[in-house]
Amino acid sequence: MATINIPNSQGSTKPEDLIEIDLKQPWLAAILAWALPGLGHIYQGRTGKGILFFVCILGTFFYGLYIGNGKEVYAAVPWEQQYRWQYFCQLGVGLPSTPMLWQRSKSLKDPDHNHTGFMAPPRPGRPYNGPFETPDESGNISRQPSERAKWTLDSHPYAEISTVYTVVAGLLNILVICDAAAGPLLISPQPDKKKKGTDDSSGDNDSTKKKSDD
Amino acid sequence: MFTNAMIMNFMPLLAVMNLWYAVPLIVSVSMVCAATRHEELGPILNHALRFGFWIAIFMGAVMALLALMAMLA
Repeated sequence: MATINIPNSQGSTKPEDLIEIDLKQPWLAAILAWALPGLGHIYQGRTGKGILFFVCILGTFFYGLYIGNGKEVYAAVPWEQQYRWQYFCQLGVGLPSTPMLWQRSKSLKDPDHNHTGFMAPPRPGRPYNGPFETPDESGNISRQPSERAKWTLDSHPYAEISTVYTVVAGLLNILVICDAAAGPLLISPQPDKKKKGTDDSSGDNDSTKKKSDD
Repeated sequence: MFTNAMIMNFMPLLAVMNLWYAVPLIVSVSMVCAATRHEELGPILNHALRFGFWIAIFMGAVMALLALMAMLA
């Protein structure tokens, strides 16, 4: 069990003004925060912040997934021309993004590389599949060399916007994991030159006091 | 009433409408970042407002720079 004391909203470090945060088991809170954004905070009893993180991060992630027709969250596969590095960031959202790993392993095991499904990676083009046909804006059928190219054309320009949303959601959850494990990242108040030496809130870095019971 | 040429003149303006997709992202990013720096709701909202404002200013500055470069190209 770990408890930290942080200054209140006025930056006061007087013992009676300090806000005490019970981090409980920080490592467990961090794992829960990764698994479901906000869950680590709810476990620690910081329910308001937990709900805020849950709504903001999962709202961003699922809205991004929605505007990209559910195609923009998938794990990298070797047959893609460009390495899908974005999936490392998307994994930051936790369990809601993990189906892509399962779908990736199913795609790799499929000898015909013809596996499809929710969060499944795009199928390769020739010699396995394709070319992939899709109607363009004028109604003509265009032939795309890979399924990735077809997805980009089908949801243009939302493929890129969707990727940005889901990547940002995953990166934001890294901040949330740190907050669950170690408490808020405090910004030290600026030292007041007039009161320097007489006031407790003089901006020293010892304002956060951490005590560990185990 | 509207000719095709008039509509085409408005096309760049319509393209700018994609910027609306930045609004929920700015709200989300500013709220989460602010909440990882404070514990009480008041300071969180105050920090988020200021942070969101500066993100918008930064994005506007980058957009203006890109527009200027496009004009000069």
